Amino acid sequence: MRLQISTQLAIFAVLELTASEGRQLSVAEIGRKYAVSSHHLAKVMHVMGRAGLVSSVRGVGGGYQFTGNVRRTTLLDVVQLFEDLSSANQNGAIAATPEDQTLREVLNEIDDIVRATLGSITIATMRKLVGRRSNGRDRRAKGTLSQRKKHLRAD
Amino acid sequence: MSKNAEAKTDTTVRVRRVQADDIANVIALDARVTKLSKAEYWNDVFLRYGRQRRPEQFFLVAENRGNREGSRLLGFIIGEIRTWEFGSTPCGWVFALSVEPNMRLHGVGSALLEAISSEFKKAGVDKMRTMVARDSRLPLLFFRSEGMMAGPYIQLEKDLV
Repeated sequence: MRLQISTQLAIFAVLELTASEGRQLSVAEIGRKYAVSSHHLAKVMHVMGRAGLVSSVRGVGGGYQFTGNVRRTTLLDVVQLFEDLSSANQNGAIAATPEDQTLREVLNEIDDIVRATLGSITIATMRKLVGRRSNGRDRRAKGTLSQRKKHLRAD
Repeated sequence: MSKNAEAKTDTTVRVRRVQADDIANVIALDARVTKLSKAEYWNDVFLRYGRQRRPEQFFLVAENRGNREGSRLLGFIIGEIRTWEFGSTPCGWVFALSVEPNMRLHGVGSALLEAISSEFKKAGVDKMRTMVARDSRLPLLFFRSEGMMAGPYIQLEKDLV
């Protein structure tokens, strides 16, 4: 499954905003991290704002805040703001032949799995998974560094 | 059960092996959660996984810590190590987990899962599996939050007509 850039940005922005409780970031700050234009990100934040997932705080030091519940909001809640995840649509132009119906059944099965998967991962779970991956990377980096030091000493 | 598994649980929750006295509470909890009373099934499960338990089978219950009289059942978990089924190397299967509805989000499920994971690990397996209905939102959210991901198998079925 491929996600549009806007969808990916929305997920990354939510993860940034939920990195700590009550965190507030401007689109410029988030944009810098992911090397995207503030203009593009502002549009994404606007969509999420309308859905009640984020709210903007005006004034100096203002920015966006996550307003959802990290233990209840799932990837599906974010993704479906930007992607059409409805089951294989009823295309009126194609006659409902047995072949067409069978193909739809298979595609619906895939769509169901996609929705169930995205709907089962909360923002809190994503944060945990990201944390685990970051820790693993840090440990590997430390391991490589200490190995290099050992090599240097041996040399 | 290992002391390790017991020690790591939430301070207010104690996980231990099931006893005959627990079964009435297990039946009642399951009936409250599923709206279906299955006394015969649970008595049979207790017989196989509790009373005549083989070393690779685990039926654990969580209770609140406190004096013995005041403790009450908060949840239970059942699993076993299955070997070479579906071509799989030995792995721990969790096939039942239930938590008192008003005690959810208090770490009871996590404590039970951690305790059974510890038993599986002690028995020498390094993989744990379960199966959840696609539309069972709460269990899905829970297992995901515990780090469980989709495995390499796809469950298939067919109507027998």
